[in-house]
Amino acid sequence: MMITCNGEKKTVPDGITVQGLLEFLKVQQERVAVELNLEIVKKDKFGTTAIKEDDNLEVVSFMQGGS
Amino acid sequence: MTDDKLVIAGIEFRSRLWVGTGKYKDFAETKKAIEASGTDVVTVSVRRVNIIDRSKENLLDYIDPRKYKILPNTAGCYTAKDAIRTAMLAAEAGITKLVKLEVIGDDKTLFPDNEALLEATKVLVKEGLIVLPYVSDDPIMAKKLVDLGCPAVMPLAAPIGSGLGIRNPYNIRIIMETVKVPVVVDAGVGTASDVALAMELGCDAVLLNTAIAGARDPIAMAEAMRYGVLAGRLAYRAGRIPKKLYATASSPLEGMIGN
Repeated sequence: MMITCNGEKKTVPDGITVQGLLEFLKVQQERVAVELNLEIVKKDKFGTTAIKEDDNLEVVSFMQGGS
Repeated sequence: MTDDKLVIAGIEFRSRLWVGTGKYKDFAETKKAIEASGTDVVTVSVRRVNIIDRSKENLLDYIDPRKYKILPNTAGCYTAKDAIRTAMLAAEAGITKLVKLEVIGDDKTLFPDNEALLEATKVLVKEGLIVLPYVSDDPIMAKKLVDLGCPAVMPLAAPIGSGLGIRNPYNIRIIMETVKVPVVVDAGVGTASDVALAMELGCDAVLLNTAIAGARDPIAMAEAMRYGVLAGRLAYRAGRIPKKLYATASSPLEGMIGN
């Protein structure tokens, strides 16, 4: 199925969870935060939150920056 | 002079110099500059993870969050909504509840949109975040933010990255007299004497980034800033002499020869 993650169209396995997606994308799960269709997904829900076709995800972490 | 700790919302800060992690040549230089500065607080931004190229290194591989207090910012946010969203994501990432809240009003000056800042502060304090607001050097705004629950305020010295130094020391002094929480001068300082001046005024800490990262030798400038803060703080605590128009001799007049 097709989803949008961090502004990029991505084909991912059907029925994948947020945790599955992070593993699929090889993203380290510590220190990330995830938003699914503008709603924050709590870390303890990564394994049980399923992603659907056309969902929009943001996966963010801490990067360099000052002000 | 010992026992001069800075405590904000129950968190003890060893250093009164806080530094950003932007604009460095690479992460190795970032790490060296941060070490040279002697800080224990680093600011970071909240950005999309690179999902295309996972080989890219991450800042926190160099800056150990167990060693440094991580202060996420909402840099680049121009609305209360975006700043709230970014701050909530930062908190959810699970390292800290601290946030350096910025709502930018204009891309030329990067001055804060104070109205939107109040709006975002209200929401984030309610959500349990520790909101450290980047605010104009305006005592009334500073008071409003403290009334909303900010445990410190961070007035700007001058526009972000401008290096102009403290443009209105009188306002900074009035802010310190107006609010009973720590005042952290944030943004606009250029060199060690600027941070020393901020500390001599009685500010509790200084946050800077460009002044170090943009210096010809960032590592040396980081060290200079460290001493600037230490010198300024000590001078403040020592109590400077009053300024006088005429001379006062410092050698005794008794025992002069030829009398």
